Amino acid sequence: MKSIAEIEERIDEIHENPAADAATELLHLGEEVLEHWICARGETPTEAKKEGFRLLALHRQGAKGDPSFNACRETCRELVYHYNLVTSQSDHPEIEKRVQLAALVAKHLVLFIGGKLQIAGLGEFCCSAKPLRENEIVNP
Amino acid sequence: MVDVTERAKQLRDVAYYPGCALEGSGNGYDVSTRAIAYALGLNLRDVKDWNCCGAMEVKNIDPKVQTYLSSRVLSQAVNKTKNNIVMAPCNGCYHNLKKAEYDLAHDENSREIIDKLSTKAGHQTYEAGQAETIHALDWIKETIGEEGLRERTKGKLAGLKIANYYGCMYVRPRHIFPEKDQGPGSESTSKPHFMDDLLSAAGAENVEFPLKTACCGGAHTLSDSDMSTKLVLNILQAAEASGAEVIATECPTCHSGLEMHQIRAEKRYGKKTNVRILYFTQLLGLALGIGPRKLGIHTNISDSIDFLREKGLT
Repeated sequence: MKSIAEIEERIDEIHENPAADAATELLHLGEEVLEHWICARGETPTEAKKEGFRLLALHRQGAKGDPSFNACRETCRELVYHYNLVTSQSDHPEIEKRVQLAALVAKHLVLFIGGKLQIAGLGEFCCSAKPLRENEIVNP
Repeated sequence: MVDVTERAKQLRDVAYYPGCALEGSGNGYDVSTRAIAYALGLNLRDVKDWNCCGAMEVKNIDPKVQTYLSSRVLSQAVNKTKNNIVMAPCNGCYHNLKKAEYDLAHDENSREIIDKLSTKAGHQTYEAGQAETIHALDWIKETIGEEGLRERTKGKLAGLKIANYYGCMYVRPRHIFPEKDQGPGSESTSKPHFMDDLLSAAGAENVEFPLKTACCGGAHTLSDSDMSTKLVLNILQAAEASGAEVIATECPTCHSGLEMHQIRAEKRYGKKTNVRILYFTQLLGLALGIGPRKLGIHTNISDSIDFLREKGLT
């Protein structure tokens, strides 16, 4: 499994050189990001699909018991939408632009989840860092 | 069945809760909200002696104190301002007042604690259901509506390509917004569209923007500035890739984050973006023929005056 930094780097490369066939890779990179999150929770990433996409099933798994993770639900759905958009019209005149947008959506996913992995103690509905601050109070 | 006309009439006179951000970094939002209210014949009555809603900071220390602080704002609106509709333009305030309402309606323990704290503080305890909190978007949508805006603005924003950015707190978590996701005419928590509707009615062209509810990193802006800068840069780049010239905002935290990290992204990562950032109330104000100064546009960090002049909007 690629590291979060490697995934981010690869997405940046795709953004710089957008090719039509990169949509599938972007989708898989999104899945890998979610796998990181699920593994960090001590679980095994599901192989199941939701609405035909493993990415959405992984998101559902990652959000179980953690409502704040729903903050990236729409980003996952947007990535699926852009994947469909690119693959269903691979000869579209604006294909490069569409791949770039898909890359930016995937990038948001890696940044958001990468950030949450750094600060695993979450607030109730956003990624605020209560446990970190509590720790600072206990161990200044 | 709610009488739509009666409801719109009721919303023309609301208790206004600007919250802390609109008195500071989000002053342009406050100024433009008041300016368009005046232009549209809507009455804003400031909540008397309001306090902080508890925002994110207090919630993380003690969620019950956050619920209390928000409940006091609602109590002040109902009992001192004598208005049971509270309009909060700030997403953080809006979110927290809605959350307090939810907690008080569903949690006996919250009710007991809030009653004790309210008694100790010497004001009437707010009880769930006494007030209704609405966002500035609901307020314009329900009082004036698209048709009303169309008539008043004559398509003045025509030629302006806008990415509507709602941020996260306007739609999440779903359960505190029971009025959303109610079918045609209601707001959606997955694909919000009220801002799109209003700006489109004023003539703007809304672009397909994939990150309209994505996290702006606002909560990390001090603790992990680089992460916030990267998240914002990604939003700015996605808006530009979508063809937007302007990002319309409706949250002061998102707005100042986008503005500040736009500059920081250029300094830190050498990535320059040119998309302008304006509050939706500033854009509606321009469409209504109000001057940019009266809308606080000169107080924005994102300099859009020359751009707006080129577009014939100033």
